[in-house]
Amino acid sequence: MTARTLSRTALWLLPVCVASIAIFLSGCPGPKQTVATGDAASLVYVPPGQYDEFYAFLSGGFSGQVTVYGLPSGRLFKIIPVFAVHPENGYGYTPETQPLLMTSYGFIPWDDTHHPELSQTDGVPDGRWLFINSNNTPRVARIDLRTFETVEILEIPNSAGNHASPFVTQNTEYVVASTRFSVPIPQKDVPIATYKQNFNGTISFIKVDPQTGRMELAFQILVPGYNYDLSHAGKGPSHGWAFFTAYNTEQAHTLLEVNASQHDKDFIAAVNWKKAEEYLAQGKYREMPAEYYHNVYDERKHMATSRVLTKVKVLIPSECPGIIYYLPTPKSPHGVDVDPSGEYIVAGGKLATVIPVHSFSKMLKAIEERQFDTIIDGIPVLKYDAVIAGEVKTPGLGPLHTEFDGKGYAYTSHFVSSEVVKWKLGTWEVVDRIPTYYSLGHIMIPGGDSRKPWGKYLVAMNKITKDRYLPTGPELVQSAQLIDISGEKMRLLLDFPTLGEPHYAQAIPAEIVMKNSLKVYPLQENAHPYAVKSPEQARVERKGNEVHVYMTAVRTHFRPDNIEGIQVGDKVYFHVTNLEQDWDIPHGFAILGSNTAELLIMPGQTKTLVWEPKKPGVYPFYCTDFCSALHQEMQGYVRVSPRGANVPLTYGTGTE
Amino acid sequence: MRPVMRLLVLAAVVALGLLFVLPLWRITLQAPQYPEGVVMEIWLREFRGQIDLINGLNHYIGMRPIRQEDFPEFAIMPWLILGLIGSGLLVVLLNRRWLLGVWNALFALIILIGLADFYRWGYEYGHNLDPRAPIKVPGMSYQPPLIGSKQLLNFTAYSYPAAGGLIAFASFLVGTAVFTAECLYARKQGLLCLERRATLPTA
Repeated sequence: MTARTLSRTALWLLPVCVASIAIFLSGCPGPKQTVATGDAASLVYVPPGQYDEFYAFLSGGFSGQVTVYGLPSGRLFKIIPVFAVHPENGYGYTPETQPLLMTSYGFIPWDDTHHPELSQTDGVPDGRWLFINSNNTPRVARIDLRTFETVEILEIPNSAGNHASPFVTQNTEYVVASTRFSVPIPQKDVPIATYKQNFNGTISFIKVDPQTGRMELAFQILVPGYNYDLSHAGKGPSHGWAFFTAYNTEQAHTLLEVNASQHDKDFIAAVNWKKAEEYLAQGKYREMPAEYYHNVYDERKHMATSRVLTKVKVLIPSECPGIIYYLPTPKSPHGVDVDPSGEYIVAGGKLATVIPVHSFSKMLKAIEERQFDTIIDGIPVLKYDAVIAGEVKTPGLGPLHTEFDGKGYAYTSHFVSSEVVKWKLGTWEVVDRIPTYYSLGHIMIPGGDSRKPWGKYLVAMNKITKDRYLPTGPELVQSAQLIDISGEKMRLLLDFPTLGEPHYAQAIPAEIVMKNSLKVYPLQENAHPYAVKSPEQARVERKGNEVHVYMTAVRTHFRPDNIEGIQVGDKVYFHVTNLEQDWDIPHGFAILGSNTAELLIMPGQTKTLVWEPKKPGVYPFYCTDFCSALHQEMQGYVRVSPRGANVPLTYGTGTE
Repeated sequence: MRPVMRLLVLAAVVALGLLFVLPLWRITLQAPQYPEGVVMEIWLREFRGQIDLINGLNHYIGMRPIRQEDFPEFAIMPWLILGLIGSGLLVVLLNRRWLLGVWNALFALIILIGLADFYRWGYEYGHNLDPRAPIKVPGMSYQPPLIGSKQLLNFTAYSYPAAGGLIAFASFLVGTAVFTAECLYARKQGLLCLERRATLPTA
């Protein structure tokens, strides 16, 4: 190469360099558009004094509670205490409510609530009860939607991680429960490494009394030791069946994120519960000893009681052919959702690249033709091709859960790609998608898992909040997004903060529920053993070291409000009855130095605060709920004397 | 070289010192749940940025953790740059056009090797995935782009030179431009580019 050509080459280099610099400077990441468009504000605006269109019930997740919101406003109406104590109103602190939180492991003040489920009649939410599961210590609770209070909690024996729960059958014949964590059944002391030999799962069916809602554990099915994750019952033609996702078919017991992600297909378990009923009637069950609590709140006695049950009926699939089948389903499925017609069973394979949809009718045919891949512990595994109706191709990343709008569309949440994907049932084509902020878990359409969805709104429950609200330090509230699904394109309408970590929700038109909502507890029906229904009956009784104060509260005094003769070492029971029969006039009760939570007593209700004074002195008590103009005057004193003092027991109100 | 050109080369050489205090390259990962982006920077002697976070995310797809000690480049790169600075200063001192040409060629070689090495690492990390990874998408590899942006599952990866890298390119550019300009100047005077003049003008 001559010097001259070299110099020419150098000349060429110059523009190349300039061009490359220009490339480097372009294409930098830009900010995201997250603003709701158009008239979103007016669509979620509920004018002062007017009502929301829907009640939404969101699980509290690790708060252990249920929260009640209005839609479309996203306004919070109530926290319903369920599996966690609630000092605000004494739930779990009063002797009346403590039995609700009793389990075979003792009193438990907390749990992790996951999936609220409204009772249904003919496959449509009927607004009578709301069921919710606790995941950590397996239980199912029933909330009465007349009072929005927890009225029953049933412990599930032979279980751990009650995740696929409490989904209901078409007429609330059953509420289901199952094991996300397989365990030795019955429990025993074995090496963890013997998982495959010793661990099992159970699928439980809880019978619900159609009149009272009272729950009873009807039977359990002993199943292979996989993780049973979510469920939905069949409806219409598939009524009589219930479906459960099962992952960790690898049966890993350590580092599940890797070891339970190896199989290309896991399962959906299809349970023929009508067939199970037949076996039950024929006595083809095994009665297993099991200790579990059944806690029921008596609304008239304003008091819960616990009873301990000791037996459970268990069906073994190999002994009861035809009660359960496995449908191969890609990659660690999470949600299993049955469309309104009852024909399609949609799985959310959280690591899958498709959304598989099984066909109920094809499943029946495959069973009839015995198109089995294999049989596991008496459970036939159907051929994938024989049951699959279609696959939604490349919908998004991390499909989790699907709801339906009743207009032929399905909506699937995608955690990884943080979006809701709308697709058409039957053609399986994706028709729309909308981002959520950020990484949503479940979604909810009012009635979206029922036969008749009210397909107007969709609520996305996000797992990551980050920059959506003013920052509050490292711990942030969780965020929900309201999306309008009434049109062809989904539209973001509203962000609203939620409590705990909502895993699922239910919503129902307000008119179905609000007309039954109780305003006060009728005083004359109050059957609490320590209730006092008129001020004249207010009194103090001593039984040894126990002192029972039969107290009334009415605007604006307690009766009695001066008590003397209490001694250190006494156990004082303040049984406070709110004599009001006026809507929204609760009274509160708290006393200086009390080692428990306050009482918040609804009109017509009786609640008890237990107090063990430790030092002599005079202790004021007062009403904690601003009840009237003279609320600040609603107070009293208790005189506490040393043990053995000769101060007589006296009490009164209004005698100076 | 003309004095002003010589000064330009001096500036380009001295500017390379900034590579010791500025990032060379930046990879930014953006995802719906990371609107603020996750950043990894390559400096002369180390990685900086949210390496642990990136490693945490990468484990889902079975990518090997990025660890500083796996990269011998960090021990070599500072010497290469020091060498460029030293030789650059020599070019300015000796004031030879052809020496500047050699320096430019050396610089270009270092840039090319650097980019090739960067590509090689990207390929290796993006393709050699743990077959037991939780997330396995058929046909999917996760090699970050050499320069530009690329969608990797829910992440968009942006790979661009950072301040240090831009300075290096600019320095190279100035060196090349001066060399070109001096060649043109030489040609005007009837000389070949790499031809030595009998007497050099004193600076």
